[in-house]
Amino acid sequence: MKRPLKRSNAPIFWALFGAGGMLSALLGPILVFITGLAVPLGMLLPADTMSYANMQAFAQNIIGKGFIFAIIALFLWHAAHRIFHSLHDIGIHAGIVAKLICYGGAMVATLITAYELLAIGF
Amino acid sequence: MSENQRIIEIEVLRYHPEKDKAPYQQVFQVPFTDDMSVLQGVQYIKDYLDGSLSFRWSCRMAICGSCGMMINGEPSLSCETFLRDYYPARVRVEALAHFPIERDLVINMEGFIEKLESIQPYIIPKEPRTLAQGEYLQTPAQLGAYEQFSSCINCMLCYAACPQFGLNSEFVGPAAMALLHRYNVDSRDGGKAERMELVNSEEGVFNCTAVGYCSEVCPKHVDPANAVNQNKTNSAADYFMRFLTPKGGAK
Repeated sequence: MKRPLKRSNAPIFWALFGAGGMLSALLGPILVFITGLAVPLGMLLPADTMSYANMQAFAQNIIGKGFIFAIIALFLWHAAHRIFHSLHDIGIHAGIVAKLICYGGAMVATLITAYELLAIGF
Repeated sequence: MSENQRIIEIEVLRYHPEKDKAPYQQVFQVPFTDDMSVLQGVQYIKDYLDGSLSFRWSCRMAICGSCGMMINGEPSLSCETFLRDYYPARVRVEALAHFPIERDLVINMEGFIEKLESIQPYIIPKEPRTLAQGEYLQTPAQLGAYEQFSSCINCMLCYAACPQFGLNSEFVGPAAMALLHRYNVDSRDGGKAERMELVNSEEGVFNCTAVGYCSEVCPKHVDPANAVNQNKTNSAADYFMRFLTPKGGAK
């Protein structure tokens, strides 16, 4: 062991990964069902559930905004972390480059999401 | 030779670093009976076919942890793996994966010993204790918190199983981390803060990608993957909490 030990900054990414994983496991399947099956096929839910007006109102509501932000940003951080580690597993140790592409991508998409959600107004 | 004695082919990885450019395979025809382990198979080779074959062994009963080998590519204790389960196919025996080979099936375990030392695998008392104070008392629940993690026999099968240790040998790894956890959760111990430094470091728990093969191959049913992943939570808490606590969690 090399001393002194350097503290790993992994907990930041691991926490985002964990939060995204938890959220995607709990809400991912039902979101796929609602947006991909129930609404388009007219099952269970009213036909206008995902109409433009409804969705805009949802995105303008503060709780709706928070929900959309958490779903998009945390899912992305989860995916970025998973892809980064899978690259390592299959032998691509690009280090800083892979890190920038994976986590940088998630960071940029997070900022764009935040900007768009604010731009759509309250 | 008794009637029920059969012949099995054992393919052994040979390597003598002073003489050989690279490791190579050698096949031996070994007579065996139903009760013979793979270890007894390689012992037969050493006694009757090729005395130069080198391997470690001691207790023959899955207690000492010396005879770990890759058997058909799986990290196993050769003393509790039986030739009859492979017959009539050939069985392939190699040195434990992810370690440098010293000779034939003997690996260099220096790196592992260093890791064991680095986790301070002993009780560091919370405060000095005199003989007059008597023995430490523990409840069954306090014992239960660490008991399974104390069954490690240092056989290193989990290191041969761990793909992340294979990619980065600096990683503290499953067995050492399980033992670290064993002391950290012992009610008699006060050394957690010192050990957390290692857990939190770049050589620490976050090298693990939760594959879980370490726990699968453990011959003593220790669950190192559990210890490592509990400590990811501990480490993440330590990482963020140090900004909130006045003294800070760790350096």
